[in-house]
Amino acid sequence: MTHAFLPAGAGVGYKPRHYAEIMSDPGPVRWLEIHAENYMGDGGRPIAQLRHLSERFPVSVHGVGLSIGGEGRLDPDHLARLKHLCDWLNPASFSEHLAWSTHDGAFLNDLLPLPYTAATLTRVADHIDEVQEVLGRRMLLENPSSYLAFAESEMSETDFLRDIAARTGCGLLLDVNNVFVSATNLGLSARDYVAAFPMDRVGEIHLGGYDEEEDDHGAPLLIDSHGREVADPVWALLDDVLARTGPAPLLIEWDNDVPDWPTLAAEAGRARDALVRAGERAAA
Amino acid sequence: MTTQGLFRSALLDPSSDMPVTLTDGAGRPAGRRFSVYRNNVAVGLTEALIDGFPACHALLGDEMFRAMAGAFLRAHPPASPVMARFGEALPEFMDAAPQLSKMRWIGDVARLECALRQSYHAADGTPLSPEDLAAIPPEALGDTRFGLVPSVRVLLSDWPVLSIRRRALDPAAPQAQPGAEDVLILRPVYDPEPHLMTRGDLPFVESLRRGATLAEAAASAGDDYDPTRLLTLLMQSHALTAPES
Repeated sequence: MTHAFLPAGAGVGYKPRHYAEIMSDPGPVRWLEIHAENYMGDGGRPIAQLRHLSERFPVSVHGVGLSIGGEGRLDPDHLARLKHLCDWLNPASFSEHLAWSTHDGAFLNDLLPLPYTAATLTRVADHIDEVQEVLGRRMLLENPSSYLAFAESEMSETDFLRDIAARTGCGLLLDVNNVFVSATNLGLSARDYVAAFPMDRVGEIHLGGYDEEEDDHGAPLLIDSHGREVADPVWALLDDVLARTGPAPLLIEWDNDVPDWPTLAAEAGRARDALVRAGERAAA
Repeated sequence: MTTQGLFRSALLDPSSDMPVTLTDGAGRPAGRRFSVYRNNVAVGLTEALIDGFPACHALLGDEMFRAMAGAFLRAHPPASPVMARFGEALPEFMDAAPQLSKMRWIGDVARLECALRQSYHAADGTPLSPEDLAAIPPEALGDTRFGLVPSVRVLLSDWPVLSIRRRALDPAAPQAQPGAEDVLILRPVYDPEPHLMTRGDLPFVESLRRGATLAEAAASAGDDYDPTRLLTLLMQSHALTAPES
């Protein structure tokens, strides 16, 4: 069965260890997200599980390795692998990051930052045009977590994302944890960021947990670790976001120190409750 | 060098300077904020190697494996974002590492782990069913050309590589005894299983892979070779494909 859209309900980042429990009782979970790069083998268990899951659930394919913000051209082999996956799976959504991860043929396995300038805007827009053309589908672009800033940046991240979306027609994936992490780390206001974000472009929302450290001056430095529950100020910021977007597909990302299924399902239940509250507020 | 070129160098080499235009958001140098990325890169890639090479990790111990992984990922950063392929150069790297000269078998253990991982992700193929087999008249079997499914792998070693791996992952397994071990990897459904090959198995399997008939494959294995044991294993492990008709 093909699912054309992600539902405006709770989803989770899929982990193979939860396969049997998800298939027997998904609880509050209505859709699943996978990392594209984990499903680029030729066969075996990963592909078989994904095939079975996609018959029951809408699936979002989330790329972590395309390096859309890279200085060089997109890796044509990797783009072809993504196309192959999207062609056979026909996912409800495809998304990637405003970040780079590959330089000079070396994949660095992290989402690395870029300055926001006219030149990087053109480059990112060209890469997104290419992705959307090759895949034959609209993609969502996700806002990053930032730990530092570039002196050469000429515009805000929200202006950059708005211009990218306007130039390419792509949608946006708003990671609310990333907003909180970046705002804290760079001394900005998360609420101002949300107020400036082009909400009409948002096709999906992410939530995840962060770790707390300090920088050289004792200032808080939050790390987007995806290794624990979503923090309270991020839930509060989510309510602010949902008041603007209305109910939207809402994902819990928990990629490290992955918990047992009841713990992850409970976190998804919290996300579902936030969506229900937002729906009630919108109707009132 | 470009910004991302400087960034990349500084990520992989802690002695190299980070790009000067990085700030903390208040105009001060980014300082240890850059280390978040450096740490993410090193930890992420090291964890990928630990996932892919659990026996090597157990054999070297966590500290030594992480030190070796750090040197490896700087010398051979992954060429693709598909982490299931990262580390294919690790066996040769470990063969050549002077610190591992007392563990000359470690490279072959890594080769075995690479082969198991390749088998895990290989295409499914269409295995020969018992009904397919029963439909072949007994007198025609010798002239039949069976194939092998894509998940079959062979690894030859001068070391007791399979015994070393078993013991590394299961301390209750018997201690490895000196001697060469050749390994046949079969994937009955989703989980690859390594089997020790005995004399004649290798030419038999390689002949099948090359498209020989059953009789030719048996002949290649030597006059006194009885293919029954291996054929049964291949059949039970869903490793044979139907003959081309």
